[in-house]
Amino acid sequence: MEVSSDREYIYTSTELDRHEGQVIEELKANSQETIADPDAWLDEEIKRNMLLTTADAVINWARRSSMWTAICFPACCAFEFIAAEGPRFDLSRFGMEILRASPRQADLMITAGTLTWKMAPNVRRIYNQMPEPKWVIAMGSCAISGGIFRSSYSVVPGYNKIIPVDVYVPGCPPRPEGLIYGIQMLQKKISKARAVPDLQQIMSKGTSE
Amino acid sequence: MTSALSGEHMASRVKEKYPESIEESTSEYLVVKGDSLLNVARYLRDTDDLKLDFFNYVTAVDYYSYFEVVYQLTSTVHNHSIVLKTRCHDRDNPSVPSVVSLWQGADLQEREIFDLMGIRFEGHPNLKRLFLWEGFQGHPLRKDYLS
Repeated sequence: MEVSSDREYIYTSTELDRHEGQVIEELKANSQETIADPDAWLDEEIKRNMLLTTADAVINWARRSSMWTAICFPACCAFEFIAAEGPRFDLSRFGMEILRASPRQADLMITAGTLTWKMAPNVRRIYNQMPEPKWVIAMGSCAISGGIFRSSYSVVPGYNKIIPVDVYVPGCPPRPEGLIYGIQMLQKKISKARAVPDLQQIMSKGTSE
Repeated sequence: MTSALSGEHMASRVKEKYPESIEESTSEYLVVKGDSLLNVARYLRDTDDLKLDFFNYVTAVDYYSYFEVVYQLTSTVHNHSIVLKTRCHDRDNPSVPSVVSLWQGADLQEREIFDLMGIRFEGHPNLKRLFLWEGFQGHPLRKDYLS
């Protein structure tokens, strides 16, 4: 039925209706088959919960995020450590506020203080009792080089004379911020470490021995 | 407040009982000869009006030509104190009688002096190094010690 109008249209109303009918018929003709349920959302969910990375990155992340400290506080730097551990500086932000009385549960040794030769065998023993992997932060002048007691008859001129040191934190004593910065440096160092052993290297070592 | 006994006054009293035992005396202190140290110390501890029963400390001083061992004694009964000294002029083999038999508190302090100053305390029950380890060469608080 023609509808009269005084306006000019590109398409008449009837033409539009026919076009509409055509579209509907076409869609209907093409829509006889049931469309399979899309399971893309399932993939998406998996993607949302799964990260692909290297074993090194994961292991290093776990190691650096929760380092437990062995108690090795022979002198006054210990008080700065205690301040760093306390509520004001809050070392637990970095996952390392737990002090271990047993070195067998620790993987970090913060050497806060002057070490005498008489004490040195005990510190070395504590270090040897810590399970691998383990790290050492030399905190303060005395731990780095013996500090002002370097030329003394009884003082070890630096912890690195008896145990390997990873990070040196200077200061007499270092402020808690300094210690925290040193710990962050150690965490960066750990994240770069190669946690998974190189199989080829192990194999070649095995054959050479 | 603990009052200090006059060394001169004490010297005159000690001399009555042990002549030839006093080397020097001033108002502050009393220097006795090493061989009569134990007798004098026992006299100071046990005499009724002295009763110097509390052993404050013992320490040692290096005066290059001789060592001086310094004792401070206090009486908890009469609330007075005195400084007692003795000298050893033999630098190579300095030796002083131990007062551990009179005051137990001298034990560790005499060991410390033996360790760091190298003065032997004759009669000490356990005279061995305290702060330094067995095998350490020399006595580091001596003036002529160089590391």
